[in-house]
Amino acid sequence: MAKIKLPKFPKFLMAAVVFYLVIQGLYTTGIMNGYLLHIINQSLIYVILAVSLNLINGITGQFSLGHMAFAGVGAYVSGTITTLIFKINPSTPGGIWIFIGAILVGGLVAGVVGFLIGFPSLRLKGDYLAIVTMGFGEIIRTIFNNIDYVGGPRGLLGIPMYSNFTVIFIATVLTVIIIRNLVQSSHGRAMLSIRENELAAELVGINTTKYKVLAFVIGAFFAGIAGGLFAHLLQLAHPTQFGFLKSTEVLIMIYVGGVGSLTGSIIAAFGLTFLSEGLRIGIRALADATNLPIGGEWRMVVYALLLIFIMLFRTEGIMGTKESKLLKLEEVD
Amino acid sequence: MGSIFNAQQVVNGLQVGSIYALIALGYTMVYGIVRLINFAHGDFYMLGAYAAYAAFFVFNSLFVGKTGLVAFFVLIASMAAGGIIAMLANRLAYRPLRYKPKLSSLITAIGVSMFLEYFFSALPIVGPSYRSFPDIIPRVNINLGSATISNYVVIDILVAAVLMIGLTLLVKKSTLGKAMRAVSQDKDAARLMGIDIEKVISFTFLIGGAFAGAAGLLAGMTYPRIVPYMGIQPGLKAFIAAVLGGIGNIPGAVLGAYIMGLAETFASAYNSLIGEGIAFAILILVLLIRPTGLLGEKIADKI
Repeated sequence: MAKIKLPKFPKFLMAAVVFYLVIQGLYTTGIMNGYLLHIINQSLIYVILAVSLNLINGITGQFSLGHMAFAGVGAYVSGTITTLIFKINPSTPGGIWIFIGAILVGGLVAGVVGFLIGFPSLRLKGDYLAIVTMGFGEIIRTIFNNIDYVGGPRGLLGIPMYSNFTVIFIATVLTVIIIRNLVQSSHGRAMLSIRENELAAELVGINTTKYKVLAFVIGAFFAGIAGGLFAHLLQLAHPTQFGFLKSTEVLIMIYVGGVGSLTGSIIAAFGLTFLSEGLRIGIRALADATNLPIGGEWRMVVYALLLIFIMLFRTEGIMGTKESKLLKLEEVD
Repeated sequence: MGSIFNAQQVVNGLQVGSIYALIALGYTMVYGIVRLINFAHGDFYMLGAYAAYAAFFVFNSLFVGKTGLVAFFVLIASMAAGGIIAMLANRLAYRPLRYKPKLSSLITAIGVSMFLEYFFSALPIVGPSYRSFPDIIPRVNINLGSATISNYVVIDILVAAVLMIGLTLLVKKSTLGKAMRAVSQDKDAARLMGIDIEKVISFTFLIGGAFAGAAGLLAGMTYPRIVPYMGIQPGLKAFIAAVLGGIGNIPGAVLGAYIMGLAETFASAYNSLIGEGIAFAILILVLLIRPTGLLGEKIADKI
């Protein structure tokens, strides 16, 4: 009799719990300082952004260049709820529930915006789609820049610091599990088939428009969640955080990690966030040590070269389309 | 407040349109030949402006007092800078990816654009802050009754017109132009006819980059200040102009650029928020209603 093994997937959860306990332990015992924890928090938020963009660009093969605009929607909506409407702060009793609600509402609004943008634009393909998503992203940024209620060009300031390691960690793990399960489901298979050959997918009866819009909306929802978490971590939401350049940073993550590999996105989100901070510190130290005018712009020069070299010499990224064993389904025999 | 549709606005719109047209031509020519949206194109415009800035100080000390000669050399320098860097970008970053999936060249183009912007702002001799651009030719205001126009505006429109006529002649009459048209129609057939495709592509980048460089000089003179990030916005707007006219179509790019210039000038006169967003609104409308643009031909999906 064939033995039914439990899916291996809980291994991912176990690994996640171990990661959480180690980081939390190191921080509580004072071995790791707050700065390092802050970078880890940022990396985790970038994991949400990269994995959700990968669902659109990597899994479904639709090139979006305006991902951070959805994060902006989430950041501004949740920031408005916590800061301007309820005026809560971390000492408010029950404030955490308002915060969680605000983050979810931010994600939902971002998802709705994703639907409104995705439904008409996903008729376009390839580079046209890239341009139109970039255009919408810039329009959203221009709108933030011009609404005085949320601070206009100054940005929305004084957002309460609610995003701590635990909250961000749970959100990240949930995002990875949900998107990973989605990719492994029949819906995910339909999305993959659109990436491989849209015409063939249509011919075998897949409603390609539906699945493209679905991927776009889900991606936008999680980007909105990430944006909300970011706003409550950095305690501000600023129009420049959500522009085209920031979208490019997330794009670099998924291409460095490997388009279509969630594992790759996770690795790249951590790797590049740490690289970015390392370069920031390294360049400042170098400038101090040599007394030469070495500006922080060199960090982005390195980033740009990294992107070009990855494209030229390893177009498929670190992981290609492979997934780590932790994220795979076990075959049941 | 008077009407926003007055002679002053029309002239300003034509001037902005001329600069967009010079940039848009490069976008459209490159797209027509290699089907690549060259995101770095706006940065060739920035390089043109910086090369002109440097060349002005060199030539102005070499030929003291000869304004016309200095202006001519400055124009050549800006075009050379834009053109040569465009050619190098093609050779080093785009050519190795020619037969890989199209999106990988698009991402590389984003990388090249970021590299040029940050590299120049990181270089201590250029720096990330604004520089004021010197007056290459004395600034004169011409009074036309209802409108006051600076001679710079006239120069912008005229230089752009001359360059565009030159390009039309090149593409329509010369052998090289014929080769360019052939490659844009069918690469493989052109190769079989003995055309060196890579040479034609390289030349297209050279001309496109040179035009963007010239636009950078004109913009630097007119708004007199330059910064390494100056190419992002005009690059995007010019790209939208190219899409509006039908990307890959040379007269379309010029038409789209003038429409964009006028639309933006009128919209900004009406309300600054609308002025900021109108370009993207136009882009989205065009792509949703008529993705092939005003003069573009419909391309059927090949199965």
